[in-house]
Parts: sequence; structure tokens; C-alpha cells
Amino acid sequence: MTAVLRVQDVVAGYGEVEILHGVSITVSEAEIVAIIGPNGAGKSTLLKAIFGLVSVQNGSVHLAERDVTNMAPNKIVQSGMSYVPQTENVFPSLTINENLEMGAYVRRDGLRDRLERVYGLFPDIASRRSERAGRLSGGQRQMLALARALMLDPKVLLLDEPSASLSPKMVDSIFEKIGDINRGGTAILLVEQNAKEALSFASRAYVLAMGQNRFEGEAKSMLESEEVGKLYLGA
Amino acid sequence: MSVFAGRLTDAIATALDRSRAVGDQLILVAMWLFFLVLGTWAILAETDAFAVGVVTGSIIALGAIGLTLIYGILKFAHFAHGDSMMLAAYVAFFALTGKVVGERTDVELPWSLNDLPGATSSIPWPGEGDFSFGYGLLLAALVAAAAMALIFVVLDRLVYRPLRRRRSGIVIFAIASLGIAIAMRSVMLIFWASSPRFYAPGIRPTTDLPFDVRVVTDQIFIFFAALVLAALLYLLLYRTKLGKAMRAMSDNADLAQVSGINTDQIVTWTWVIGGGLVAVAGVLLALQAQLKPELGFALLLPLFAATILGGIGSPQGAFVGGMIIGITQEVTVAQDLIDISPGYKFSVAFIILILILLLRPRGLFGAKT
Repeated sequence: MTAVLRVQDVVAGYGEVEILHGVSITVSEAEIVAIIGPNGAGKSTLLKAIFGLVSVQNGSVHLAERDVTNMAPNKIVQSGMSYVPQTENVFPSLTINENLEMGAYVRRDGLRDRLERVYGLFPDIASRRSERAGRLSGGQRQMLALARALMLDPKVLLLDEPSASLSPKMVDSIFEKIGDINRGGTAILLVEQNAKEALSFASRAYVLAMGQNRFEGEAKSMLESEEVGKLYLGA
Repeated sequence: MSVFAGRLTDAIATALDRSRAVGDQLILVAMWLFFLVLGTWAILAETDAFAVGVVTGSIIALGAIGLTLIYGILKFAHFAHGDSMMLAAYVAFFALTGKVVGERTDVELPWSLNDLPGATSSIPWPGEGDFSFGYGLLLAALVAAAAMALIFVVLDRLVYRPLRRRRSGIVIFAIASLGIAIAMRSVMLIFWASSPRFYAPGIRPTTDLPFDVRVVTDQIFIFFAALVLAALLYLLLYRTKLGKAMRAMSDNADLAQVSGINTDQIVTWTWVIGGGLVAVAGVLLALQAQLKPELGFALLLPLFAATILGGIGSPQGAFVGGMIIGITQEVTVAQDLIDISPGYKFSVAFIILILILLLRPRGLFGAKT
């Protein structure tokens, strides 16, 4: 399988503070990869560094064969990668339709088709397209956030804790949606606090600790691994 | 025991939250009622003052829309807004007459817009009393709009963008804009001195409107110019991709960037549009009153009162807020019930501002934070 996303020895942080000290991961076509690890391991920072939101001081990020290291987010979106932040991931005063339009901001053509395709994936929000996003419930907001990121049919989707602050029932349906999206051919890289859930869902996983790679492997075997369990799954 | 106490405090907290929300709604309704009653009374009892208030209100509204737009995108209080309006008015004056202050008398450029054939002859009004200005002023306003857009973009590159890169706090931004305001006033004093100037010499013709209202004909122009511009801005914000991206960025700049919106570009467009709005508002202000360097800064208080009354960041709110402030100012000093000198006009805006900040800081149209 070919890698759609290759992160090599990335060193990144905020100003003087270095948070990632050389992290490497790869995501293959149509794969679901989870990043787990304790609080402060740099999981969210890694996603931000991949997406050009935190400056990469060393190392590289390749999307397909293209070098996107430190590229501006609007350019990265154009090259086929989308990102859903953990919180505040919809525009509350814009309508649902306008939220989705913003997801396709970098493209001039085909808005109507894109909207219909995404509404097809998320029938729950399709019936409320001219309502303000601020009126949606937590779960529906998360759906809209996913929908916005899918407007350009990305090759890779970065998700920062998609299950955070959702009810257990909502968590299941969000993961179900992410599964659907993945079966449509989009590779997914997700960060999760809820490690067990993430491991039972992903195909491969990386464990990050103190801004460095700690383990990597098949998600299933990691679930069974005693070491990972002791350290990160509270088993 | 502690579980019970926890539940009890939770219950009290929810009850308090709920009563606070109800109180908030009551204050909003009371505010609307108050302004509606005041407005109705003003229309019936102080019709002339109401008409002047609508004109003043249009100018404040236009200024406040620009202020709220800049706040929405850049998240700081643009203290140079009033002085920018006046500077724009002077730029239009310069384009129109070519005059700057000289050693004894004004120095005049060899050519200006007034030299265009028929540029100074008054635009006719269908009723009695024509406008005081010719088409030259309309062209001059366009020149001022372009100039202010350019000045704003250059100031952003020189001052505000470096501050953004440094992630400076909002106080730094506000003080920087205050410095720019003072610099602008100095430029006006250097080039056009402090004595009042006018776009066209002579008396301004008046005209009769229904209900025995007599207004300066120019004021009709001021009202409709402001109304058309506000409507155009509304269409821009709600019907175009750029406008939607501006609203998106005002909601959440980080998410806008993540969505692929080039936020630097949006900032530039905001200054261009803000410059255009400031220029028209300034020319209308000078047309209603006069050109005088201090006039812009004096307007800052009503501008902020209107912006906050409407809900900071909301263009519709700024328009309604501007109208309310303008009308309230004129009507309170015109009525005979309690004797208030016209000199206290601005203090009316100040009182409204204080009350809003105390009772409902998010204003009439502001979103919950």
C-alpha cells in the first residue's frame, strides 16, 4: 500500500517551547490510524503541525508525493487534506449551508454537487440547512464539523478527539460515520483520549509520549499488549 | 452528605442561571419598549428634532458599521475611526477644491474636480430647494473612498500586521490606533488648519417634507446615501462568498483558516471595505456639519455607543444602534419638558453607553458569549 501521509522526524512547538521532538508516522491509502497517549504527549500539536498551524522546525510532512511542510492551511486544504478541531469546530452564526460553503472556500466550481454529496452522507443536518449552526446539539455540531471537512473530498482527514464531550450514544454514531467516510476512500488520522474505543476502531495506532514515538503497530495487537495496556489503557 | 450538598448547589446554580436568563430577556424587552416609546413620542411631539436625529443617526450608523466590521474581523477597538472619517472628508475636500492652507491664504492646485464642466452646479431636487453640491462632490467622495482604503491597507501592513505577528494584546492594538488617530488629526491641522471649511459656499437650501417637516435638502441625500450603502453592505455580507467568509472569520478566525480561507486576504478586504465606509460617512458628516479637524474624534463616543448598543460585531445592530443614538441625542436636547442644553448632546450617548454596559453588555443584537 502507498502512503498518502508521511510525517518524518517532525520537531515542532510554540515559539521557544518544543513539544514534538522528532515524531514519525505514516498513513496509507484508505487506512484509519489512531494516535493515543497520555495528556500532554503532543497529540493535538502533531495534528496542528501536520496541518501547518504550528511551525515545523525540523523534519518533513508529505501529502501523497507533495512536500507540504509548513505550508499555509489554505494551500494544504487545496492539496487534499482536511482537519476538524476538537472544539469550536463550526461557525455558530452562519447557517449550516454557509458552514459547508466555507468548507469549499478554496474552490470556485461545483458547489452544488459537493453540497448534495455531503448532505447525502449526513441526512440529519440536510433537513436544517438554513438554520444557524449555533442552534445545533453537540452531536449534530460534530456531524456538521465532519461534513464541512468533507466538502472537498479530501484524501486524508485529520480528526482531533471527535468523541470529546459527547454522550456514549453519540460517540457510537460519530464513529459509525467516520467508518462510512473511510469506506468512501478517505484515509483517517485521529487523535483520541478514549484509547480503547480508538484502538477497537482503527487499523493501526501510534502511542505518543513526551513528544516522541513510543509504540506503533496493529491496533488489535496493541489492545492485547500488556505494556500498552498498563501504561495507557488503565488496565 | 457531600453528595447531597453537591446536588443542592447544582440545583441552586441552575435556578440562578435560569432566572438570570429570564432577567436578561426582560431587560432586552424593556430596552426595545423604551426605545419604541421614545421614538413614537419623538415622531409625534418633536417631529423636526426626530428628522434631524434620523440624519445624524444615518451618519453615526455608517461609521458604526465600519467600526463593528473591523472589530469583528480584527478583534480590537479602532479608535482612529472618527478621525479617519474626518480625514476622508478632508481628502474629498482636497480632491474637490485642490486647496491646502498656505502662509496667508490657501494654496490651490492648478486643477481639481471643481474645474470639470458643471461640477459645481447644484444637483436639482424635484421639490423646492436644490442640493448644495454638484456631481463634483460625488466624484470627490469616490476619490476619498479609494484613498482611505489605501491608507487603511498601508497602516495595516506597517502597524497592525506586525502587532498581529507578535500576538500583541488588544490593549496594544487599541493604543496603536489611538496614536494613529492623533497623527491623522495632526495631518489635518497641518494641511487644512483648524478653521471650519465647507464643500460649497453659501446658504444650504431647504425643502418641505410631509407632516410640516422642513429639512436641509442635503439631509435627504445623507439619509438615502447611508441607507443604500448599508443595504449594499448587507448584500455583500450575506450574499457573496467574500462576505460569508468575513462573517465566518468574525465567528472563529482559527476555524476560518482551517477551512482554507486565506485570512490575510480577508483582513485586507476588511480594511478596503472599512475605508470605503469611513470615507462616505466622513463626507456625509462634513456635508451635514462642516469640516473641522476635531469633529471626528468628538464623534467617537456616539460611534462606540451605537456599536455596543447594537451588539459589538453585528452590522445590523450597528445600523439600528446608530439610528437610536442619533435620534435620542437630538430629541432629548430639543424637548421642553426638562431643560437640557444642546451642548450635552454627547453625554446622552454616554449615558446610554453606560446603561448598556451595566444592563446588557451584548447589546440588542449581540450573540451570547
